[in-house]
Amino acid sequence: MTMDIATILGIDGIATGAIYALVAIGTVLIFTVTRVIFIPFGDIAAFTALTLAALETKRVPGTFGLVIVLACLACLMEVVSLVRGGALRETPRAAFFYLALPLMAVGIVWVAMRYDPPMAVRIVLALLLIMPISPLLDRIVFRPVADASVLLLLTVSVALHFALVGLGLLFFGPEGVRTEPLTAFSMEIAGIHVSGQTILIVVAAMVFSGLLFLFFDFTLTGKALRATAINRTGARLMGIRPARSGTIAYLLGSLMAGVSGILIAPVNTIFYDSGFLIGLKAFVGAIVGGMTSYPGAALGSLGVGILESFASFQSGAFKDVIVFSLLIPILLWRSLASEHSEEEVEE
Amino acid sequence: MTRSQIRLMVAAAILCLVAAPYVLNPFSITLLNYIGIYSLAAIGLALLTGVGGIVSFGQAAFVGVAAYTTAWTSALSGYSPWVGLLLAIILTCGIAAILGFVTLRLQGHFLSLSTVAWGLAIAFLFGNIDELGSHNGLSGIPPISIGSLALVEGWQIYFLIWGIVAGVLVLLYNLLDSRIGRAMRTLRGGNTLVESLGISAFQIKLLTFVLAAFLGALSGWLYAHLSRFISPGPFEAGMGIEYLMMAMVGGSGSILGGVVGAAIVTLLKNTVQDYLPLLAKGASGQLEIVAFSALFILFLQRARQGIVPLLARFLPEPKRSRPQPAAALPRREQPAAGTLLLQVKEVQRRFGGLVAVNNVSFQVRSGEILGLIGPNGAGKSTIFNLLTGALRVNSGEIAFAGRPITRDGQCRIARAGIARTFQHVKLRPRMTLLDNVLLGTHSRTKTGLFAGALRLNRAEEASARYEALRQLERVGLGDKPFELAGDLPLGNQRVLEIARALAADPTLLVLDEPAAGLRRQEKLKLAELLRSLRTDRLTILLVEHDMEFVMALVDRIVVLDFGSKLCEGEPAAIRNDARVQEAYLGGVA
Repeated sequence: MTMDIATILGIDGIATGAIYALVAIGTVLIFTVTRVIFIPFGDIAAFTALTLAALETKRVPGTFGLVIVLACLACLMEVVSLVRGGALRETPRAAFFYLALPLMAVGIVWVAMRYDPPMAVRIVLALLLIMPISPLLDRIVFRPVADASVLLLLTVSVALHFALVGLGLLFFGPEGVRTEPLTAFSMEIAGIHVSGQTILIVVAAMVFSGLLFLFFDFTLTGKALRATAINRTGARLMGIRPARSGTIAYLLGSLMAGVSGILIAPVNTIFYDSGFLIGLKAFVGAIVGGMTSYPGAALGSLGVGILESFASFQSGAFKDVIVFSLLIPILLWRSLASEHSEEEVEE
Repeated sequence: MTRSQIRLMVAAAILCLVAAPYVLNPFSITLLNYIGIYSLAAIGLALLTGVGGIVSFGQAAFVGVAAYTTAWTSALSGYSPWVGLLLAIILTCGIAAILGFVTLRLQGHFLSLSTVAWGLAIAFLFGNIDELGSHNGLSGIPPISIGSLALVEGWQIYFLIWGIVAGVLVLLYNLLDSRIGRAMRTLRGGNTLVESLGISAFQIKLLTFVLAAFLGALSGWLYAHLSRFISPGPFEAGMGIEYLMMAMVGGSGSILGGVVGAAIVTLLKNTVQDYLPLLAKGASGQLEIVAFSALFILFLQRARQGIVPLLARFLPEPKRSRPQPAAALPRREQPAAGTLLLQVKEVQRRFGGLVAVNNVSFQVRSGEILGLIGPNGAGKSTIFNLLTGALRVNSGEIAFAGRPITRDGQCRIARAGIARTFQHVKLRPRMTLLDNVLLGTHSRTKTGLFAGALRLNRAEEASARYEALRQLERVGLGDKPFELAGDLPLGNQRVLEIARALAADPTLLVLDEPAAGLRRQEKLKLAELLRSLRTDRLTILLVEHDMEFVMALVDRIVVLDFGSKLCEGEPAAIRNDARVQEAYLGGVA
């Protein structure tokens, strides 16, 4: 391996890593606020890419069906639980949040599609369409077991991922897609060709991480989220609703995952099931940060990206084996580094 | 339910299983064969997840390692499938032992995440090694032969499969009712208690893990020789979660649940495959996994206990007989009264900037009851945790019976003869009183894995059970040994912990607030019990807030305040000490 190849692999790895970093930050966000290890984030990223591709070719994206089905289900569950709890007056509000808002997103995209919007608008539309999915899944799948152990939530999360892969095939079909390049720009840095896409990916990752940081430090909602992450009961006593914090966390996380999907779609062909590996590798990165540290997750994801890039140069077939085997020493290190309370594992 | 009724039910079940191939059509037999094979993997997982509390997503990978090993041995290298079985077991258990050795020190969800990682890594390997047929798989795997009889037909291998399942069930039931099995059942719910009983939690976890992999190996071996063709698909992450589903649906914690879960999931899958195409043409494959995952999520939300425990509630209670008198377990040689037993020398423990225990020194002499008192936050429980190895000292020395134990772990200290109870009661609420006390005898008994599974341990087990009953009677809980520990009121749970500690035949008994939550009458009885223990030359160190209880019972008192030793002496002297009164009452009133 020459220096040139190493540099190219390094740059490639950083770009891939930056994409994982976006998903990883979303994963950490959800985990700290809700204790759910949200494996399906990768699927959200893949679905965004598929949605954008459908909008480009003026086909009706499968996301429509997915959002409508999930919205109906979530609304039904919320209304049933409200009626059971004797809070009939709350039902219109529930119907608005769980049914009307997601359907409005679908409606806006449906109308906008007719006017052949430019690429920037298409990206916004794709993100708009993808954002409701995670909060709806949260309502349907995780809210009923919100107080269960992290392990049970993890099991649920893995099962949910498989459900989403099936739904993905159902709504998006088996074809792979690759979207139009976001930019044709490219430049030479010290004799190495760097594409505009790579620069865009890295910049976007930095911008969105920065925005998240500002959100947490300078807005009341962000502080409420952090409070929920540190102590759910304490936050509840201060008038913060953990369920609402959870919804916000899912929305933000979806945005990060969606952006990563849009960034990766022009570079890699995305299938309905591509999300799993994206999600898991982001997740390896998130674990480097102990599932709690945002900078740690970002650095870890970069590391995973670079490792994957070099591993695929050495042996394309075994790159995934290498990446996942690496998780074990990382987990060992993390587990030894963190203190565990005995109560967590009590029956 | 009496013993004979249980035997009748078991006999009926065996008869049904034996008769099945003569009654059912070939398709149903094939289905039963797969149920049997999946059962084995699911039983392993029920053991690991339900009994041991280790959620693993990687069981399918173990099944795969075994299937590929036997396929390689028999189809590619031309050896007998029995050689394949041997190699499959060796390789699978070997890999499990290595993986377990590396990962089982991980805690909580980190451990489960590691199973996702190696499960995926192993599954990727199958699909990428050309010698193993890559994604196309391996075909031409020969059937299993017994003597000259090749098990080609479904009904022929049926007997082998279900014979193995039945054998595994019997052996595991025996095992779980023996010394090692009880230790496995204790894993669920944290390591502190396990280690304090002189059991190495890591060793037991590793054993459980390898055992689960062994059952996966049996499953994989049978799978390869039944389907005669293997590809990476059935060993990928999706199947891993399906095994988990089987184990949990059947009822994690119940071995039979593995079989029930495998049957339900396989039959359900079969039905779903039949009916889904009617609902949506051409999309059945993906709907199947959606339907399945949705059902699993619904199950996890609504009925986490699983089917078998649910049904078991409707069955009449099995009648269990009280342990009969048996040979006594060997006892420890107690040191002569008055010799130095425990020496704590200038021990310090910090938590960040807080010095919880600051240069504390005291001694415990054999045959005395020493009380450790002090206001809240004085560092009493921290000292207890330092003595028993639950926490490490920052500086200072602790010696027990003349041997330094400063650097020893909980397990070794427990085996040296210190038994303890906890301030926050640590019992296994879903085990009976007798089983909880039997845990105490772990370090006094020897029965291993195989002896337990084959029931070669009857004499020792009878002695241990009798000993446990004796200790229960001694603390006054002997009238209902088969009640669940979780059903006792808190005060009695503390007393049960004392019985468990006594069953370990300790030299030093360390009691953390034993009288908390007891009524006056019960306190008097407890004091009487502790006095009788002193007569038996047992040494006792106790923390207690009830001054009346302490003053009337103990020989000497050590008073702590803000992590430092205030004074020590006989109860009467302590009562009149001005410093003690100031610490408790904030100045002489």
